[in-house]
Amino acid sequence: MSVATGLLGRLRPKTRRGRNALLGYLFISPFILGFLFFFLGPALTALWLMFYDWNMIREPLFVGLGNFTKLFRDPLFKQSLKVTAYYSLVSVPVGMVMSFLLALLMNYKTRAIAFFRTLYYIPSIVPAVANAVLWSFIFNTEFGLLNAVLRGIGLSKIKWLQDPEWAMPALIIMSLWGIGGGMVIYLAGLQGIPEPLYEAAEIDGAGRLAKLRHITIPLMSPVIFYNLIMGIIGSFQVFTAGFLITSGGPQNSTLFYVLYTYRTGIQYFDMGYASVLAWVLFLIILAFTIFVFRYVGGMVYYEDVGERA
Amino acid sequence: MSALGRTQTGRPNADRAVARGIRDDKVWTVFVWIMLVGGGIVMALPLLWLLTSSLKTELGVFRYPPQWIPNPPQFQNYVEAWTKKPFGTYLWNTFVILMINEVGIIFSASLVGYAFARIDFPGRDLLFSVVLATMMLPGVVTLIPRFVIYSRIGWVNTILPLTVPSFFGGGAFNIFLLRQFFRSLPAELADAARVDGASEIGIFWRIMMPLTKPALATVAVFTFIGVWNDYMGPLLYLSKDVKKYTVALGLATFRNAFAGRTRWDLIMAASTMMVAPVVLIFFLAQKNFVQGIAVSGLKG
Repeated sequence: MSVATGLLGRLRPKTRRGRNALLGYLFISPFILGFLFFFLGPALTALWLMFYDWNMIREPLFVGLGNFTKLFRDPLFKQSLKVTAYYSLVSVPVGMVMSFLLALLMNYKTRAIAFFRTLYYIPSIVPAVANAVLWSFIFNTEFGLLNAVLRGIGLSKIKWLQDPEWAMPALIIMSLWGIGGGMVIYLAGLQGIPEPLYEAAEIDGAGRLAKLRHITIPLMSPVIFYNLIMGIIGSFQVFTAGFLITSGGPQNSTLFYVLYTYRTGIQYFDMGYASVLAWVLFLIILAFTIFVFRYVGGMVYYEDVGERA
Repeated sequence: MSALGRTQTGRPNADRAVARGIRDDKVWTVFVWIMLVGGGIVMALPLLWLLTSSLKTELGVFRYPPQWIPNPPQFQNYVEAWTKKPFGTYLWNTFVILMINEVGIIFSASLVGYAFARIDFPGRDLLFSVVLATMMLPGVVTLIPRFVIYSRIGWVNTILPLTVPSFFGGGAFNIFLLRQFFRSLPAELADAARVDGASEIGIFWRIMMPLTKPALATVAVFTFIGVWNDYMGPLLYLSKDVKKYTVALGLATFRNAFAGRTRWDLIMAASTMMVAPVVLIFFLAQKNFVQGIAVSGLKG
């Protein structure tokens, strides 16, 4: 501590602004350094690696756009995009709606509600590895919980993890177990809505649905928007579930994009191609984010600013 | 839903609404309770399955219809699972990584967060949006080159890739959280201290930090969960040496520890042991935790 103040003393910028600048940059220097070494540096390295063919052992071989043509011809690339899109397009909207409804439910004022909130939230903090192991067992064709339930109500067993048709639905179901995470965020938002607004609406004769449409959803729209963005970004990066439960199978029906990238780089050591895959994912996520910001962002109602054009 | 009692205000809409409200209330209450309890059972089912399976015998796991209360409960499954693979070693490894991360993150994230909150330096807002932007970048983009860089400098097969980065800001999320919290502390404290001749660093360390305990606790809890649950990191950098495995890696490879006979009962016991600390810490830190998520969710 005294070293730093001594340093400040020696350099002693003349103006308050100068002193603040030095201090500020000193304090955030860990972030700046980290950003350069662990973030920007690697990202730019990947950008450079994209144009080379390198397997970590021999010298990198310049291939220009070779990795890109490989991309267009790669059926697994297309498959992993399809798989990831399938997962996102189902799990994100369904998850969001369910966790929103759940939050509405959890807003019910009763003493036992804290118990229920905790109960619904706990599954979302279960470690991914334990989750993968547990659900591997739940989806076990012969002895799993789900098939036991199905048989119990008279339906036949489903070969969850062995059937290309059912493997992804299984993983989507597994992801829905964690809706408690979104629920907590929505709940916090709900509790920020002033009660007098609802009372005023009630006096004017508003029913439940009207209150939902005209008060709750508009005032919750920033939170919903946030969850949408984070949900999309997160769903594109699923790895552990695909890796541990199904290893991308059966027949590549759960070959998540990140899993495919991992395999390309860490298992097959095709570093150049893996870098291309990584940057393509970044661009896809960026495009999606911009799209959502532009088209859905306009629907968000901010309390202080009102609706953005 | 307030029970407004009998009100005749002379306004037909309002009166109808009140009457409807009172009638609705009872139906609604029943509906809500059915959903709560029903949904709760569905939510709890996998965890119950986890627990009951962990206490079954090797063959009991395969029974249909499944027993919900194993009789007699095989508590020794836990001991057997623990010793079948060196989970004690795994736990120690995880603990070491965790402690280093806690120190690194708490120090660097609060330094950085405080600067963004209370020090007015040129370029501050621009840099803060850079911080936020890093939260949105997919980790995959840096994954491959970081692996390459680490293997070039010989950090693969050590815990360095999993610990050193924590000293460099500790992640945008933590910086964000602490910045928000520092902003909520009164600025007058710093002003008063400056008048008394305290240095900026002194203000930071002796006045602001002690007041930040709730936020630091939240960061500590999140860090714990992050390290405990981390699978990809240890998978990339520790998988060559079994002695260096973390709990996550240990559990993941546990399934293959049985030649031929998959002991689901032991696997479930091991899984329970991995889940238990997280749930425990959650309960201990509950207030801070939910608050922390709420702050980040709302302001995000």
